[in-house]
Formats: sequence, structure tokens, C-alpha cells
Amino acid sequence: MSQLCQLSLTEIRDLLRDKKISARETTQACLDRIAQTEPAIAALLHIAGENALHQAQSMDQSGPDATKPLWGVPIIIKDALITKGLPTTCGSKILENFIPVYDAHCVTALKEAGAIILGKANMDEFAMGSSTENSAFKVTANPWNPAHVPGGSSGGSAASVASGQCFASIGTDTGGSIRQPASFCGVVGVKPTYGRVSRRGLVAYGSSLDQAGPMTRTVRDAAEVLQVMAGHDAKDSTSINAPVPDYVAACARPEDLKGLRLGMPEEYWGEGLSTEVSAACRAAVDTAVSLGAQIVPVSLPHTKYAIATYYILAMAEASSNLARFDGVRYGRRSAHVQDLATLYTRSRSEGFGDEVKRRIMLGTYVLSAGYYDAYYKKAAQVRRLIRQDFLDALTNCDLICGPACPTTAFAIGANTADPLQMYLTDIFTISLNLSGLPGLSLPVGLGADTGLPVGLQLFGGSMEEARLLRTAATLEAHLPKLPAPPLA
Amino acid sequence: MKISPEKVQGIASLARLEITPEQAPILAAQMGDILGYMDTLNELDTSNVEPMYTPVAHVSVLRPDETSKEFPREDILRNAPENNGEYFVVPRIV
Repeated sequence: MSQLCQLSLTEIRDLLRDKKISARETTQACLDRIAQTEPAIAALLHIAGENALHQAQSMDQSGPDATKPLWGVPIIIKDALITKGLPTTCGSKILENFIPVYDAHCVTALKEAGAIILGKANMDEFAMGSSTENSAFKVTANPWNPAHVPGGSSGGSAASVASGQCFASIGTDTGGSIRQPASFCGVVGVKPTYGRVSRRGLVAYGSSLDQAGPMTRTVRDAAEVLQVMAGHDAKDSTSINAPVPDYVAACARPEDLKGLRLGMPEEYWGEGLSTEVSAACRAAVDTAVSLGAQIVPVSLPHTKYAIATYYILAMAEASSNLARFDGVRYGRRSAHVQDLATLYTRSRSEGFGDEVKRRIMLGTYVLSAGYYDAYYKKAAQVRRLIRQDFLDALTNCDLICGPACPTTAFAIGANTADPLQMYLTDIFTISLNLSGLPGLSLPVGLGADTGLPVGLQLFGGSMEEARLLRTAATLEAHLPKLPAPPLA
Repeated sequence: MKISPEKVQGIASLARLEITPEQAPILAAQMGDILGYMDTLNELDTSNVEPMYTPVAHVSVLRPDETSKEFPREDILRNAPENNGEYFVVPRIV
């Protein structure tokens, strides 16, 4: 990896601010890096090279702006977030030629902070997947080993950051889609509290679960990006109207963890966990203890019901949200159709991939007359029990910790024939989306058997991102730094 | 949970999707497995639990009842598969 692309977002931002490097040089370095790595990792669906260079040049002419915390920093946006004038496909053929006329709220915030949008990241179609194998366009590879998946659905975002194509990327997390790929690719991924970042302009999958967040190479970088993205949006009724704490200050001076009560849920540390993930995560917990943290055994007794609960709710919401793709106002329309009903059916059948169809149909089924109470209402009730587990546990500890995933990145193709098996890989991330609480995945080392990254997950109470970031930054400062991935 | 290929075709019709006769039995088996897994929730007694549909309170967002032109018509129509310069065009309905 070129020296420039190895720097953190904070380091490059400071160099840009001090005019030690130009925005154009920085952007060009990232574009060169993209040209070098894309043939192997296929992380991007659209590269906005010319636009980005043009923007960088005009920024260089006007000079650095100290009021813009991301001035001149190239970033990549998951293709689930709409971007004015840049294609937004959500990984689906049904939106193949769609060019939005406005920006998602968080994209506007990033642009106003001075970020340069370099391109759009590959993803599982409509964020439905755990491996980025469900994209309608390409399969992204893990920069640590191209025979393995980068995780999903923000696999393109994770791979782009890990391989040095950009200094930060934005992902979205409905059931773990930021934290799981962050863990698989050895980067930091933050799923904020539901409502902390506006969902306006995020193509809806599971509306009560979706949340956008940063993916970066350091915790401090994640704080810098979240600082810009977080905040109230009057045009999103799920947006929380509360002040945004100073996340950057929270992790600026990592010290020790004295006084921190770290909950370890028995359900996350036992059966089903691979030996290498367990070892790496336990070593990180030992580091936390050596820094003064106190371990508190806690229980999240409804964990085993989380996957069933999640998929009922997410598929139900998806079947409703994806009804808007009908071939009338935007997106793909089937050719030579004579009547409206056939136009809807053919356009949707040609435009959606198999996993999306499967989830729409399951969602339609669980919402249908006679099954609504048995599935949708039941899942909504269990959702409350799952959230209550977290609230109860957090009365005894400050943060909860567990592995982000049971294994390191699995091989491409390993789970594609068995959708249920693929769903089960999300066991450690899903509960947090159901509860609406924030979480973070921190790279804590490489698995002893596979040599692939392992992520430790930290969960916190509602709006406790600052505490999560501070703790993660402290741990990060005391854990061995991951080497650059082989493809970087 | 047993789902028949005929049931799959019925659900597909409700969801405005076409499923081929070859796909139907495969989907039926997969949906049966997945719904069977979801039935594990029946182990829990939730009779006194209030459903939770969202983690936040949805407060109605009110704005002044004023018309505004946020986007030019041509920009919106540019993404339409078919338009006549003024409206979206669909096949004849009646």
C-alpha cells in the first residue's frame, strides 16, 4: 500500500489542513489505489474519479477550511445511500440506471464537512445478506484472502477501507451489516443508536432496524465521521432530537479503563464460537482487565430467539418497503408489457434477485391474514424481551462485550446454497438492532488458524456512543496493531 | 412447517412476483425450513408482553401546509422508464 493510503483519516486530514499535501494529491492517491486493488477485491460499484478530482482541485484553489472537519478527505459511500448525480443501485438490477436527485441526509452532512465522495461501495442486494455474494453486479473479496467473503451487507465498504482505497466508508447496519464485515476485514465499524443518524435517503430495507454508520481504520477516525453524521433531522420522524456529544474528545486521550464494568454475557462466550475467535477476543478482554476494567458476568437469556425474531420483522418490513419498486416512476421496467398488473409482476421478477424475492415472499407470508399474530406480532413481543435483556444487563455493567461473529470470514460460496445457515452467522450482531442500542466492532487480532481478522464487539446503552468510542480507543492503543492486509 | 409449491405460487402472486414451476418446489422447501426455524418463538409465553414495533417514539413531523417546488419536473421524470415530458406513462388500464 502506498504510504499515503496507509495513513489514518485523522492524519491525512491534518496534513491537508496544514497544506502539507493537496486535496488533489490525496484524491489521486486513492484513485491509484482503487485502480491497483479493484481487480482483486471488486469493492466498488461506481467510481466518481473525475468528479472527485474536479472537486479536489477547486477545494485546493480556495484553500483548507478549518471549520470543515473532513476537508479534502476521500470517502466511499455504500450504495444503499442515495447520492445526487451519482448512480445508486442498492446492489440491485431493479435500480441499475437510477440517479437520485438529492443526497441522503448523512451524505449532505459529510459533503458539508468537506469530504470528497470517491465512489459507491458494493453490497448485498437491498442489504439482504451476510457476505456481499448477493449483489446483482459482482462478488467482493476479502482483502485478507480473496477466497473469503468480506462479510455483508456492507462488504464493499469494509473491503474499501481495509485495502486503503479511502480513509473512511459509510455502511448501513440492519442486522449487523456494519459490525460483521468490519470484523471480517479488520476495520472499526460503528452501529449508532437507532435514530442517532438520520435515515432519510437510506434505501429502506427494515425500517425499524436500519442505521447508517462509519467504517474506518481507527477508532478516532470513526469518532470524527460519526461526529459529522449524527444529529437531528426534522424530515425523519425516527430521528432523535438530542444534542450530539463530542465523540472526538471522548477518544482523543486514551488512558486506562479503571472503573469500567464490562459485562460478559454467557450466551456470547460459549457454544458455537470458534476456538481462534474465542482466543483473540478473550485476549482483548484480558487487556481490558489489565487496564483496570472489572468483568461482570451478565445474561441475555433471549439471545437464541434473536435470529427468528429479526428475520420475521425484517422480512415483513422489507415486503412492505420493496412494494415501491413497480417499474412506474423509477427503476427497471419490463419490455413489451400490455397491462399494468403484468408490468408490476414482470418488472419486479426481472429486477429482483433470488434472496430479495425469498425475503419479500416470507415477509408477505408472515403478514398475511391468519399468520400475522403467529409471526409478526409474536416477533414484536419477543423483540421487547430481547431489548429488556440488554436494559437489565446494563443495570449491572457499563458496557457489554462479546465476539462480533462466531468465526472469521468464511469462504466464498460456503453458505450460498443454504439460506438458513447464512442467517445463523448473524447470531451475535442481530439482537442489538432489535433493541435499537449502539454497538462497535474493534479489530483485536488475527485468528491463529486462518490468519483472518477477529472483531470484538462492544454494546452500550442508548446514546452511549461516546463511552463505546472511548473504551474502544483505549483498548486499541494497548492492543497490537493489525498489519496491512496482503492485498493492500 | 410444510409449504407446498402451490402455496409458494399464491404468496408470489400476492407479492407481485413470478415464480417458475422449477423454482416453486425449491422455494417451498427453503421457506418451510426458515418458517420452521421461526416457530421456535412459540416456546415463549408472550401473552402479557406488549409488542415493540420500533425502538423510538415516532412523533408526527408537522410542517407548514405550503406547496413548494423542491425538484424540477424534468429531474424527477429523468429516472422514469417511460414519460411524455409531463407525466409518467404506464400501459392503458381501461
